[in-house]
Amino acid sequence: MSTVDATRLSVFKTYKLYVGGKFPRSESGRVYEVTDSKGAWLAHAPLSSRKDARDAVVSARKAFGGWSGATAYNRGQVLYRIAEMLEGRRGQFVREVAEAEGLPKAKAAAAVDAAIDRWVWYAGWTDKIAQVVGGANPVAGPFFNLSTPEPTGVVTVLAPQDSSFLGLVSVLAPVIATGNTAVVVASERLPLPALSLGEVLATSDLPGGVVNVLSGRTAEIAAPLAAHQDVNGIDLTGADAVLAKELEIAAADSLKRVLRPHATDWRSDPGTRRLTAFLETKTVWHPTGSLGASGSSY
Amino acid sequence: MPTITPAFADVTASDSALRRFLHGLPGVDAVGLEARAGSLGTRSIKTTAKAYAIDLAISMIDLTTLEGADTPGKVRALAAKALRPDPTDRTTPATAAVCVYSDMAETAVAALAGSGVKVASVATAFPAGRASLAVKLADTRDAVAAGADEIDMVIDRGAFLAGHYLKVYEEIRAVKEAAGAARLKVIFETGELSTYDNIRRASWLGMIAGADFIKTSTGKVGVNATPANTLLMLEAVRDFRAQTGVQVGVKPAGGIRTSKDAVKFLVLVNETVGADWLDSHWFRFGASSLLNDLLMQRQKLSTGRYSGPDYVTVD
Repeated sequence: MSTVDATRLSVFKTYKLYVGGKFPRSESGRVYEVTDSKGAWLAHAPLSSRKDARDAVVSARKAFGGWSGATAYNRGQVLYRIAEMLEGRRGQFVREVAEAEGLPKAKAAAAVDAAIDRWVWYAGWTDKIAQVVGGANPVAGPFFNLSTPEPTGVVTVLAPQDSSFLGLVSVLAPVIATGNTAVVVASERLPLPALSLGEVLATSDLPGGVVNVLSGRTAEIAAPLAAHQDVNGIDLTGADAVLAKELEIAAADSLKRVLRPHATDWRSDPGTRRLTAFLETKTVWHPTGSLGASGSSY
Repeated sequence: MPTITPAFADVTASDSALRRFLHGLPGVDAVGLEARAGSLGTRSIKTTAKAYAIDLAISMIDLTTLEGADTPGKVRALAAKALRPDPTDRTTPATAAVCVYSDMAETAVAALAGSGVKVASVATAFPAGRASLAVKLADTRDAVAAGADEIDMVIDRGAFLAGHYLKVYEEIRAVKEAAGAARLKVIFETGELSTYDNIRRASWLGMIAGADFIKTSTGKVGVNATPANTLLMLEAVRDFRAQTGVQVGVKPAGGIRTSKDAVKFLVLVNETVGADWLDSHWFRFGASSLLNDLLMQRQKLSTGRYSGPDYVTVD
């Protein structure tokens, strides 16, 4: 920034939502002020309404068939591609995270690096999770009995409020790695890294609609999403205790899968907990017959 | 009801007289028409007005299945849906009619007997209309004999585009006669008529020949009902009633999939021809997937939460 030409006007970035692979403004036309940790103005972010949430669900539903039907290997490649694209824009994300969270450059850089590594980590999991949580079940009869995990569907993710990028990636990546599509509500106070992530996702071979990013008041957007009949799961990480309870009650009506908020150190090894939170187990029975002279049933 | 208005006896005396009349109709201002249809589409219809519009739109639907793969079971399922579109909410109105091919009309009639939901049957070698008059009339008589209350016929677009208006006119007259007491809807296939002028001419031709309804499209070509061509046809029925006192219905068909679209069409009706046409006797939607979207919107209004396709029937 020190070499800026004094005669040149800087070009401010208009932060927009990321819905269905496009970058719309909020349907309501509203924006809200985003400040850094010391209260200085950074940008105006879209203040999404429930109709933006509705549109995001429509996009996510439309994208679900293709994304859940893609091979696990292909999903892994796409997630890895996201990491590649992030690496190229590392500087921008380090600056945005540092400004938003009030971190020194080195700490922000560590958070961004950890987030990029997390995409790679989850990219590796896409074609391995089925072996870990699925498998052949021994049954008392001449049957193959196989359990395989399948994605839950459209999942609403309330991103953590305090970790604008590492936390966001840590909750989003596991949801889409297993074939779900997501509607993400960015951190209310720190939405800019999430909105910039939309630009990365748009150039990472990720089909439009698989991830939809909304910014605004978490409580306002989350309420219609929790009650929405066409949303199959909700991750309440970004909700405080009172809001989480309300949303869980609203979600119960349509039997959504709910992941309750719990304190997490985003830098630590995430394990498979979040990967398995939005999976359904399908079990199939298939008669084995008796094929070999040796009596083998295979 | 007389099938021809005396005022037009001289117009239909010969091919050249008919051509003179149709080509003498004022030309359509295409830019103005589209701008008018566009601006009426921006009206905001909310809360109680929206609830009224949704119920009205449901009651105006000709729930349609016109596929080669139609089975009696599918037609019966569709009839059940027409009677009770949302089984979880008995206040939902029934649709206006079920629209099927003529060989399925009997099944539909049996399923809907005594319910007030009409059976509409397409006829006259739908959708292409490429058959001899004898075949078209036999098709129509079949449908009527099966008990169809309404006949949806297609005009011979080839003859119309070649300028043989009298041939088209006489064909509509003949089908009208064969249809007897059944109400006749005349499909122009506006997507194949190329120009707005042609749509206006076809509208007048159809009405003079005794159509009870004029209908935009078969739903089988690329361009189906649009706000602009429907507005044009609404203007035609308005002018026709002003001139002759005879009221003719309008049915946009094909491509209307969302509640928002349906409400836009209702605004067009109200602003162009007025409340006289805001009734399933005079205005219909030819649609199948539209109904599910209307039902989801209706559920949203009554429960306050967004509904999803898991909560309406698949047809």
